[in-house]
Amino acid sequence: MAERVDALGLRTGKADRLLPALVAAQSFVAALALAGALAAAALAGDWRGETASALTVQVTSPNDPARDGSATRIAEVLTRLRDTPGVAAAHQLTPDELDALLRPWLGADAAALDLALPAVITARWTGGASAPLAAALDSVAPGTLVTTGAGWAGRVATLTASIRACAVAILVLVALVAAAAVAIATRARLALERGTIEIIHGLGALDSDIAGRFANRATALAAFGAAAGTVAALPVLAWLTALAAPFAAGIGAPPDLPSALLLALPALTPAAAVIGWGTTQVTVRRWLRGVA
Amino acid sequence: MVRFDDVWLTYRRAGPPGEGDPEVLRGLTFEIPAGGFRWLTGASGAGKTSVLRLMTMAVRPFRGRISLLGADVANVNRREAAFLRRRIGVVYQDFRLLNHLSVYDNVALPLRLARRAEADIREQVFDLLHWVGLLQKCHARPPALSGGEQQRVAIARAVVGRPKLLLADEPTGSLDEEQAERLMLLITALNQAGTTVVVATHSVALPRRYPAPRLRIADGRLLEEDIAGASGGG
Repeated sequence: MAERVDALGLRTGKADRLLPALVAAQSFVAALALAGALAAAALAGDWRGETASALTVQVTSPNDPARDGSATRIAEVLTRLRDTPGVAAAHQLTPDELDALLRPWLGADAAALDLALPAVITARWTGGASAPLAAALDSVAPGTLVTTGAGWAGRVATLTASIRACAVAILVLVALVAAAAVAIATRARLALERGTIEIIHGLGALDSDIAGRFANRATALAAFGAAAGTVAALPVLAWLTALAAPFAAGIGAPPDLPSALLLALPALTPAAAVIGWGTTQVTVRRWLRGVA
Repeated sequence: MVRFDDVWLTYRRAGPPGEGDPEVLRGLTFEIPAGGFRWLTGASGAGKTSVLRLMTMAVRPFRGRISLLGADVANVNRREAAFLRRRIGVVYQDFRLLNHLSVYDNVALPLRLARRAEADIREQVFDLLHWVGLLQKCHARPPALSGGEQQRVAIARAVVGRPKLLLADEPTGSLDEEQAERLMLLITALNQAGTTVVVATHSVALPRRYPAPRLRIADGRLLEEDIAGASGGG
């Protein structure tokens, strides 16, 4: 990068030529952290939504008569479920669906084993604690097992919240490191330009004149570095997204993760520019107070 | 225009403030009216340059009050101080030119700081360079010039903004007799046009040749304020 001199005699110098590379590295890490934060947010939202509301009811000996003898146990449980506020979309798994569910554990010929399998009902539950419902179903079909996704969802939500907090912490740390890099580069350039600055300061240069010129250059360098780092992160993010795709599909992650990320990534460049501009302004103005 | 009222100056040493700091100036009190001319005389190390540094607000007094161009220096903020400096032209003993800029750009600096139009800058800078005899060297860098030529560039830069107050620290030190004569004619002309002038010199001959009121400094004190035989007003 050739040295240039502006109208006030300030040189571009070589003190800050590594700044774009440093900011590029920070942006690369920030892009990964941002992806992590968005992915964790999407997972947390998903688990808080559909998974948390999932209700599974296992009815043993489904075709035996219910306790009051008026219908089979499965029919009575289904009736109770459909009459219970907060329960929606109650659906008894068909034998094929049950086979598919058990296949990972019992193999492809699970149906041929002639096991005394319980009937399984899935539904959506928005009624809060499931214990009263379990007690009501147990009263008509003793041994009926009621489980919800709330417990798992809570644990996973805590985990994803932790991941998200880590990602945000990394973003904050990266911003601080970027600001430190800008401040160090600025101070190095100030040290090189001290003689020039003292002279133009004595001629009546305003602090804003000098700080503005330093800040403009730092902004441009930081923006350039951030753009480069973000672009460099794209193939890595694409690879990570491809790796995570089966897992995300398995738990029903929303399909708009890449687009959310693509919308967020361009913000890294203006964010780096703002950090560069602000840090340089503060650094130069504080330094100038020591000049006179 | 310029008023010093019991001004003391110390330069800080390491350690607790005020303890053992050397007193460079002690209780200076004087006034230079608008359009006045003063020689600031004294031996080397007497404190002449420190007086000029106070007048450029490069340093602040330890005690006392300084008024410059109608402004109390103690009450001006950094922005106001910068605008005040633009109205003060300074010829430094060591020139203080930017060696990476051409002669033209060095002289143009004060006008660029004042955000003057480039066409105006060009006209004024070329006029001044012509006057100081350096038009042919307007593209040269200061290190390629002799000491006298650098001094003339510094003078051109000091007066290009038509300052209200012109301060010169040993301005003829690097000039031959003819150039010194031309410089004094320029300074006199500026003074007659209303610019207040303070010229620091250790020369005895120069104030004799150009009679004007004199502030004589010795050991940081104002020994005498000789306003007899004033030719430069005030």
